[in-house]
Amino acid sequence: MLLIPCPHCGERPELEFRYAGEAHIARPADPSSTSDQEWAEYLYFRSNPKGLHIERWRHVSGCARFFNCVRDTVSDKILKTYPAGQPKPDLAVVLKEAGQ
Amino acid sequence: MSDLKITRRSAFEGLHPIQVEGSVTVAPTPYATRFSFRGDAKAASACSKGFGVLLPNDLLKAESDQGRTAISLGPDEWLLIAPDGEVESLEAAIAKALGDQHQSLVDISHRNTAFTVSGLKAETLLASGCLLDLHISAFPVGMATRTIYSKADIILWRTAPDTFHVELWRSFVPFVWGLLEEAAHEV
Repeated sequence: MLLIPCPHCGERPELEFRYAGEAHIARPADPSSTSDQEWAEYLYFRSNPKGLHIERWRHVSGCARFFNCVRDTVSDKILKTYPAGQPKPDLAVVLKEAGQ
Repeated sequence: MSDLKITRRSAFEGLHPIQVEGSVTVAPTPYATRFSFRGDAKAASACSKGFGVLLPNDLLKAESDQGRTAISLGPDEWLLIAPDGEVESLEAAIAKALGDQHQSLVDISHRNTAFTVSGLKAETLLASGCLLDLHISAFPVGMATRTIYSKADIILWRTAPDTFHVELWRSFVPFVWGLLEEAAHEV
């Protein structure tokens, strides 16, 4: 089973977690003044990269907190997890820390 | 006017006892008062005064004193357990200790229920559906966490080297009990 390192609880089995989509997507501050295109991009358009992806997870059957995670979509390897609210990490640094 | 008579029924009513001689026993615990408390560290320390037990700041820890227990489930979430029938008195005491601090205190006495798994094979029996490493070195006495047993959310708390306290929603009892009963044949 895949072990996911929750930033609060440590390594836990993946069945305790739920995936919650791409991270660091800010809601437009003033929705009524955005164009349809901008709103559609906020709602539906995602980067969907092959490689490193920064995404939200929720440790729903544990501490129940949302957190962010850097995962390689090719190998499914999780390189880093950090509490929600922290700034987006530099992916070059994350790769270096993970020794890749 | 209709004449309603409300009686409390145990979630364990009608279930067969689970007991393997000299190996493992699963037994329902008595009714209890339970609260879900949410708040920051400052609110938690104020709540400790009203509740009478220190709400642990460290995650995944249980603190007990004189029949009351506080379990830290997450960075701002605690489960409080006290003897049955103390809902009103504790609510008042905690509200007084907290004053106007931002927090949430929810009575979940009737939503949750609990049982204990004890005996030499307690770890083995729980491992039938629980994915965590339950060895005493990885899950010491006093550790508590929300996790899953098969598909059901449970809160697992090790109260002694060979005893676990399992909290769960009462509607999950028949499901979890049935699986434990099956697994008990094989421990």
